[in-house]
Amino acid sequence: MFNFIITHGPDILEKTLEHVSLSITAVLIACLIGIPVGFLIVGHKKLSKIVLGFANIIQTIPSLAMFAFALPIFGIGIKPAIFALFLYALLPILKNTLLGIRNVDPAIIKAAKGMGMSRFEIMFMVEVPLSISIIMGGVRIATVTSIGVTTIATLIAAGGLGDFIYQGLSTFNQPMILTGAVLSAGLALLADFLLGIVEKKLTSDGLKTETSRKKKKKNRTKQKPSN
Amino acid sequence: MIEYKHVYKHFRNSKTNVIEDLTFTVNDGELLVLVGESGCGKTTTMQMLNRLIEPSKGKIEINGTDISTIDSIKLRRQIGYVIQNVGLFPHWTIEENVATLLKLQKVSEEEIKEKVKQYMDMVNLDYDQYAARYPKQLSGGQQQRVGVARALINEPDLILMDEPFSALDPITRDQLQDELLKLHEELNKTIIFVTHDIDEAIKLGDRIAVMQHGKIAQLDSAEEILKNPANDFVEKFVGLNRLWKTPDMLSASDVMDKDFAIIRPDRSVAQAIQRMKEHKSSTLCVVDRVTGDNYRLLGLLGQNRLYGISDHTTKIRDIMKKDFSSFTPDISLAEIMTIRESKGLKFSPVLDENQYLIGIITNTSILNVLSQIMPGKEDY
Repeated sequence: MFNFIITHGPDILEKTLEHVSLSITAVLIACLIGIPVGFLIVGHKKLSKIVLGFANIIQTIPSLAMFAFALPIFGIGIKPAIFALFLYALLPILKNTLLGIRNVDPAIIKAAKGMGMSRFEIMFMVEVPLSISIIMGGVRIATVTSIGVTTIATLIAAGGLGDFIYQGLSTFNQPMILTGAVLSAGLALLADFLLGIVEKKLTSDGLKTETSRKKKKKNRTKQKPSN
Repeated sequence: MIEYKHVYKHFRNSKTNVIEDLTFTVNDGELLVLVGESGCGKTTTMQMLNRLIEPSKGKIEINGTDISTIDSIKLRRQIGYVIQNVGLFPHWTIEENVATLLKLQKVSEEEIKEKVKQYMDMVNLDYDQYAARYPKQLSGGQQQRVGVARALINEPDLILMDEPFSALDPITRDQLQDELLKLHEELNKTIIFVTHDIDEAIKLGDRIAVMQHGKIAQLDSAEEILKNPANDFVEKFVGLNRLWKTPDMLSASDVMDKDFAIIRPDRSVAQAIQRMKEHKSSTLCVVDRVTGDNYRLLGLLGQNRLYGISDHTTKIRDIMKKDFSSFTPDISLAEIMTIRESKGLKFSPVLDENQYLIGIITNTSILNVLSQIMPGKEDY
């Protein structure tokens, strides 16, 4: 395997980048569409049920079949791959967005409304920050799933680390298979880890439960200059 | 001034009106308490004022302006709002929470800090200690203080409070009630306060509106509601035992006996004894009739003054006690009790502003009144 990595260095880098850009593009599009749609439909019970049902159905379609469905519409290559990956990423993001907003204490929304916050102010100052950790959870699931499914995108000539796995399988080149498999697994773990950090950064200290001890220390150090 | 004019509210899924033909006025600077059982429409009544709920019929005016013509966001920013579950933003620090309304109006940082400090001070929260904390690091009572500061910071003339203290423990609640009364006195804001707790209503309200089935059963001062409940519902809701718990609300005119025995000063001892027998009273009021039923009290005549007087020409005027203490009708029962105890009085006349005798207070008269308002059923 190491031999393979050394000899195919630039090739591996290229495929990895391909893989990353495919998954990330799909997840980004899913975020850009899923999160706003979630906020828009959360007030309508019927509509959110229909949309969620639709996303659920998509999720049950096997990934290979999904790529096959995308083929006649977009042809082969990157476009159908991104489309299929996007559809997969949509459900967890949409679902968690709805869940996150519904999870916000109604008393807080009532107070916000009663104080005279507009619908948009409530959304951006209250609902988004309060549901961000749950939404980010959805994004993490979507990203990990997406990196996994991208390995199949090789079948419609979209590239990515799947190329190594399938080529390796057909030529029985074990180092090649391993390189593709380990790298894609590693990518998924790395992405999850990085998004975890982002999630923590985006979540207010006031919402964290386990760090109360650390916060007390922070408060103590904060108090000194103010006194 | 706030005026509700024939306001109705009907929710789609209910058969009856939640609010039915509600007409009342809230005066400026008044603390009005809306009290009633759950589902009586008190919260709905309040929420129609900041347009969280729109009336189905009728209109509400603030200083003569129909509020349905005011932009709801603008309206709400001029009205302070405090709710039971506090509803602080958990992702913001206390300082940010208190400053919510200022943040929405793009006030400068320094001004925000200064005002937050001022208003946290007002609700007795130490700025240096609490400003940087998050809501969950505060106790329930402290959180509601933040809630009150947040509602006050925009300097609204009107504040709506929806059962703000119900979720607190009794000691904290009592403390916050006292502080609210103090704030109300200092700031002179109009406050509409919703509660289901009649004790809280009596303690806080300048006036109390007892609500029943979407209507106001009685809107009056606590004293008036306790003494003269408008109907059976109010009487039951307020509770007969309420006066017993608040003896301050009973005055001399409530506990005095208006049926007292009188005698003229020129009568004889024998006649006095006869009067005492008739009235089963050991003390007589010696009076001059001024006009009609108005008597001027000259003195008191107790049984003991009649002993050993054999001279038939003795007039009552010669033996009556001329220096006696009397009460004014508005003195409270608590004060009466203290004075009676310290002076050892058993029989005290009550004189009105014209110094006319209007009643007497004896142990029996006090006991009579108290036994009427005491809780519990008789069981022999």
